[in-house]
Amino acid sequence: MNLQDIALGRLDWNALPILKAIENPTASELIGGGAAGVVIVGGLAVVILITWCGWWRPLWKDWLTSVDHKRIGIMYIVLSMIMLTRGVIEGALMRTQQAFGLDGGFLAPDHFAELFSTHGTIMIFFVAMPFVSGFINYIMPLQIGARDMSFPVMNQISLGLTAAGAALIMISLVIGQFSTGGWTAYPPYTGKVFNPGVGPDYWIWSVGIAGIGSTLSGINFAVTIYKERAPGMTLFRMPLFTWTVLCAAIILIFAMPPLTVATLMLAADRYLDFHFFTNDLGGNMMNYANLFWLFGHPEVYLLVLPAYGIFSEVIATFSGKRLYGYASLVYASLAISILSFTVWLHHFFTMGQGANVNIAFGIATMFIAVPTGVKVYDWMATMFRGRIRFSVPMLYATGFLILFVIGGLTGVILANPTIDYQVHNSVFLVAHFHNVLIPGVLFGLLAGYHYWFPKAFGFRLHEGWGFVAATLWIVGFAVTFFPLYVLGIMGLPRRSFSYQEAAFDPFTLVAMCGAGLILSALATLVIQLWVSVRGRDSLRVPVGDPWNGRTLEWATSSPPPEYNFAVLPQVTTRDEFAMSKANGTAFPTPDRFADITMPRNTALGMIMCIGGTLFGFALVWHIWWLALVALVTMLGSWVAGTFRTDRHRTIPAAQVAATHVAWLEQVATATPTTRDSEASSRNTGRAALDLPEISA
Amino acid sequence: MTAQTSSHPGMNLGDHHGEAHRTAETLVFGFWVFLMSDLIIFGLMFATYVTMLNPMGMAGGPGPKDLFDLNSAFIQTMLLLTSSFTFGMASLALRHEQGKGPLILWLIVTLCLGLAFLGFELSDFSKMLAAGATPARSGFLSAFFGLVPLHGLHVTAGLIWLIIMLIQIGTLGLVSPVKTRLLRLGLFWHFLDIIWIGIFSVVYLWGLA
Repeated sequence: MNLQDIALGRLDWNALPILKAIENPTASELIGGGAAGVVIVGGLAVVILITWCGWWRPLWKDWLTSVDHKRIGIMYIVLSMIMLTRGVIEGALMRTQQAFGLDGGFLAPDHFAELFSTHGTIMIFFVAMPFVSGFINYIMPLQIGARDMSFPVMNQISLGLTAAGAALIMISLVIGQFSTGGWTAYPPYTGKVFNPGVGPDYWIWSVGIAGIGSTLSGINFAVTIYKERAPGMTLFRMPLFTWTVLCAAIILIFAMPPLTVATLMLAADRYLDFHFFTNDLGGNMMNYANLFWLFGHPEVYLLVLPAYGIFSEVIATFSGKRLYGYASLVYASLAISILSFTVWLHHFFTMGQGANVNIAFGIATMFIAVPTGVKVYDWMATMFRGRIRFSVPMLYATGFLILFVIGGLTGVILANPTIDYQVHNSVFLVAHFHNVLIPGVLFGLLAGYHYWFPKAFGFRLHEGWGFVAATLWIVGFAVTFFPLYVLGIMGLPRRSFSYQEAAFDPFTLVAMCGAGLILSALATLVIQLWVSVRGRDSLRVPVGDPWNGRTLEWATSSPPPEYNFAVLPQVTTRDEFAMSKANGTAFPTPDRFADITMPRNTALGMIMCIGGTLFGFALVWHIWWLALVALVTMLGSWVAGTFRTDRHRTIPAAQVAATHVAWLEQVATATPTTRDSEASSRNTGRAALDLPEISA
Repeated sequence: MTAQTSSHPGMNLGDHHGEAHRTAETLVFGFWVFLMSDLIIFGLMFATYVTMLNPMGMAGGPGPKDLFDLNSAFIQTMLLLTSSFTFGMASLALRHEQGKGPLILWLIVTLCLGLAFLGFELSDFSKMLAAGATPARSGFLSAFFGLVPLHGLHVTAGLIWLIIMLIQIGTLGLVSPVKTRLLRLGLFWHFLDIIWIGIFSVVYLWGLA
């Protein structure tokens, strides 16, 4: 072994796709090299911009080392938006390839395989998960009247590890290539024998490192909800979003370990010559399928449950009504989180379990439609006879209700093993899970983005561009994925880069046009953000309650102070804030203020982020010394942190009082905004009472 | 003293510990949740072991009867169970404020028992590896070397943690973060004991049955 091998492992110039694109300029290579170029140029542009504006200091002091749950939440969402951009572009690229797939298209088969692998991995682990975590971080402590998470530093570490996973997947675009084994990375295909390259290793470490971060998040969320609720906030007074977060947290705690086990076993097979999943010497790849889906199925519910929570908040607020069937929604969420652990086998009905096992899991799968159906009726009943304001989040909610029911029904169809045998592994399945994940999860998150944005930044998003974006998302989704149902029944297998059947052509072309609409929906979101930031002075809502909200997060300024509430609220009922507004007891002036103790900033999260990235990168390329250095640094700084004794600082009561009194003055002088002028510049965040409806 | 409030499962420090007792509620509860998550990992490793404990998993390679030394496993069991007891004594010394002396003494006894356990375990492993029973030989051995050393790794982590706590008792004194860390280390140590009982029963006894 020479020095270069020791220093750089198996890394060499051939790992750069840009060089390959120059050597062999086919369309496929050019796209790969171009993507790498975009990552490099984009990264450089960001660095230059930050240096140019002198933002390094504030970025480090106020954001990267902050343990404030609100800032961590925003950073999660920024991360997921960046990854969403890449994921959507990849999706559109795949639709385009398939539209021209009859004559082979323009992408090499391996490149296409890489695209569907990164697209799936990114969308699940680095878009949906951080987006959901971001909202949970920002909103849940506010909703329960807490000052922060139970474990603020661990919260920062979770973000760091998630970002490390995302960084690895971005690096794979520039150095080497990602896995071609799909987002599920089934062995033996991803084993050493069939896939000796770096691709599956990139998958293992990006997903594995981020997965540990998610486990820690789950623990943090659950403990926060159990232990940090404001006085009087009993479990059955919690807002529904918080309930769904609790369910999701419980799922995270139990469902992330199987992923950790599956990825580490696969790593042991690849690195240490173990035989967990190999073809020979007693390996059993069915164990992988079981382990992976023991995580994978609960995973989709842990994504969709918080989205259900967001829709519950949005629909109640914009219907001006108490949520219908609160208790049934809570029990339905709990039932879904339990059932989510009983259905994993429906992901591989055709892998030879026998009819009786299949039918048991098929029936369990169909059962999930029952609590979900309960929820859909509850949301409709909430709207029924409400005074609905048809704002942007409501447009997403409406799109969700209609499209998600269709997606759910195709799920019930697939739950029947006999039908599954016919359409499994076809694009029918692709249509189905996009039909639940896009309207279910993504629309929920985008509705929440529009709904809570003013809380986080103190100004609203532009309504008009919001309507355009929502419409484009809804229409774009339908045009892209409904043709895939037909194609699936016609027999187009999923993950095909090419096909021989001319009859597929019209449908793949329509789907490509839909992908174009989705791309423009994404562009519209960017425009909306740009327009809103430029015009923020006319969109400001400093009082903090622009939508006549019902729950505690609206009972503080926008953006909230770092300690959230000057005095912790005393909760007496569900929909506490709506009730206190109706009773005229909202915005009370506290008798006295107390000092508030908050955790100090720490660089631990960033050390974990950079260390985790280097650790994963070193393992991918077999640079053993670097892996060891990174690991020791991470563990060492963690231990060193426990020797610190000055981990808290105190905000004096006088400062809290001054901030609070200034805000109360704004509240008192603001003109209440009626429902009709909600979207106008007259809305300063003080909502006028809507109807004398709250009479519980 | 009898009307103490119990703020979390397991041994409470008690109200007379003031701040440490109050902060323990969230910290120890959080640690219980972490252990629950860790237990899932072990559960899946056990399940994998059981699915590979058959001729197909052994792929013609050596099986439990060729490899396992029940005497050594029994000694390891006794060492670990005793160390759990001595850690319990350390916890009581902490709770009843018997001063640093007895606490440090019991912790050091625990440390020695833990090291002895690891010594026996490593010697077992090296004998197996020397006999050609490496994880590369069969799925069964992969499952064995996935499960038992994972527990050993946890024990190692626990011992490092214990050494760190001994240092912190010395440098920081018995301040409340140190007390609550000792509470959590105690839970971790007893947890590893329970896992080992599973390993002794499932891996060794079932394997040799």
